[in-house]
Amino acid sequence: MPGPLPAWHASTQDLRPIAEKVRAQKGRLVALWASDERTGFALHVAFALRAGLLWLTVPLEREHPRYPGIADLFPAASRMQRAAYDLLGVHAQGGADHRKWLRHGAWPAGVFPLRKDFDAKTSFEPAPDHYPFIRVEGEGVHEIPVGPVHAGTIEPGHFRFSIVGETILKLEERLGYTHKGVEKRFEQLSPEEGARLAGRISGDSTVAYAWAYAMALESATGIELPARASALRGIALELERVSNHLGDLGYLANDVALSFGFFQFSRLKEQLLRVHRELFGHRYLMDFIVPGGVARDPARMGALAEVLAYIKSEIAALRAIYDEHAGAQDRFIMAGQITPELAAHLGLTGVAGRASGESYDLRCDHPVPPYDGLGVQAAGHIRGDVSARISVRFEELAESLRLIEKLMAELPSGALRAPLPAVQPGRRGCGWVEGWRGEVFIALEAGENGALQRVHAHDPSWQSWPVLERAVLGNIVPDFPLINKSFNLSYSGHDL
Amino acid sequence: MYYLLKQIVKTGIVTEPAPTKDESLRVLEQRLGEVVLKHFGRALAIRHVDAGSCNGCELEIHACNGPHYNLERLGIRFVASPRHADLLLVTGPVSRHMETALRRTYDATPEPKLVVAIGDCGCDGGIFGESYASRGRISNVIPVDVAVPGCPPEPLAIIRGILTAVTAR
Repeated sequence: MPGPLPAWHASTQDLRPIAEKVRAQKGRLVALWASDERTGFALHVAFALRAGLLWLTVPLEREHPRYPGIADLFPAASRMQRAAYDLLGVHAQGGADHRKWLRHGAWPAGVFPLRKDFDAKTSFEPAPDHYPFIRVEGEGVHEIPVGPVHAGTIEPGHFRFSIVGETILKLEERLGYTHKGVEKRFEQLSPEEGARLAGRISGDSTVAYAWAYAMALESATGIELPARASALRGIALELERVSNHLGDLGYLANDVALSFGFFQFSRLKEQLLRVHRELFGHRYLMDFIVPGGVARDPARMGALAEVLAYIKSEIAALRAIYDEHAGAQDRFIMAGQITPELAAHLGLTGVAGRASGESYDLRCDHPVPPYDGLGVQAAGHIRGDVSARISVRFEELAESLRLIEKLMAELPSGALRAPLPAVQPGRRGCGWVEGWRGEVFIALEAGENGALQRVHAHDPSWQSWPVLERAVLGNIVPDFPLINKSFNLSYSGHDL
Repeated sequence: MYYLLKQIVKTGIVTEPAPTKDESLRVLEQRLGEVVLKHFGRALAIRHVDAGSCNGCELEIHACNGPHYNLERLGIRFVASPRHADLLLVTGPVSRHMETALRRTYDATPEPKLVVAIGDCGCDGGIFGESYASRGRISNVIPVDVAVPGCPPEPLAIIRGILTAVTAR
């Protein structure tokens, strides 16, 4: 496929043999989704190979669209297969979990909102939502249902704990509460408007999504990005990583009653956000990345260099304080452990993956401009506990600060935006970006008259949510908020 | 411990002056009587409900509790249950999957149950609009007193919205 990303697209009927081969060669599942092709349906699977990204399309028949499931090879596929059924009615065969996933009571069984003959405005009477949780039975076992409205200021989701005393025997997640029809909405928007929506799939990762979307559209139209725009995108993505890691490091201390850490890191984050506002016009850099380039030229880079230098020195002092704080370390170390074997089996990615020996980072593995000349160092730990996920964040902060410094020093001159031609019907493109949480992937197919035929957005949280269920086993309930925060997964990016 | 204390002393106090209220945000007549206002004094309990937001507004609500804005020094704090809350701070377009939970949270909140809708999506559905999955603005589902626009609204705008909701004309 055109563009800087090493990506290939192929149509095939041999999904299982290819998936088996990918698994055997330690490839990873990036995303699985479906589409309505009018004459039939299609199942799409994106694999990460050592050489790049492989996007497979499997044509399915119209009457009974079905395909052999791959959840036995890639456990993370299970929920994606269930979501593909809920939205498009394509059925995964084999011993898969066939419970609904994204569908609650908003639309009835047998109705599939992403089909082309489904009108986005259709509304159904809210129906009761029955979901068969897996029960744990035995003497002294009881359940704690939590959510969807949580005790803190976080997104909605439901957690069903089965516990004995304080120890967690099982956690089952139920997500989909923030499903707001994002993928259907794309199909009503022009490619330019779609960029705004992409930037609002998960508000904390707006840069990563906007870039992945722009990359997909640029790949579909085959345009080249100006060097200055690439460099500024790199700066924005690293700033997003810095501000989110700062926030997480503060909240992780807060969850072990070290409010000192919360206030210190919140203070640094706020200082950075104010400079974002001044330079990029938005505290979270929303709508800065646009298809073809970036929306504005941030003047006064000096202010940014100043605040980043200050943050760098403060982080060093704060890391030393965290490291020597016995009370905090006692809670961090060995809490919510995911061994490298389990991480590899379940396909854990992103920050949490890099804390468990899965040291994949697109900025190193498949660097697109501006990362190609930067020699990005991926963080890597193998202990897989809360403490390791904190270490990864500290190390990535330092690396991001180095990258921004380098990008600012070598900022090329030139245009901010290349004109984007109309995208031809049937053209495909994909974007794959290492956001602060992990790999954000967007696949796009153009329709008639410059419309968007199908846009699929994939958040790395799809891979990580099932792993969180395993991370909490054997831990005590009061450690759940801490373990959960150390993953800090997206609900909105997952529920779409 | 020495370094921790040193860091605290070195940092000093970063909290900034609080904003004033903004009458232009008011969308409903003030429902607070003199008595309730007196009862509130300057202590207000807020329950945040994410009814389907993209998580952008949540970031700014977090910032309100950070040291620069320090909402708690105004006597305003976030509580873990709607049963303890005077005011609901609601974000999102309301996803249909959150509609029941939002209604139940509203029902569980004791009077005078003020509601502040946060963000463009909370005000008018934003870019998500109304669809098979989204009910759009918050006031399509529960009564709203004050709506704060912005994508996301900055912390001062959120605090101003809260102050507007609790202050009589």
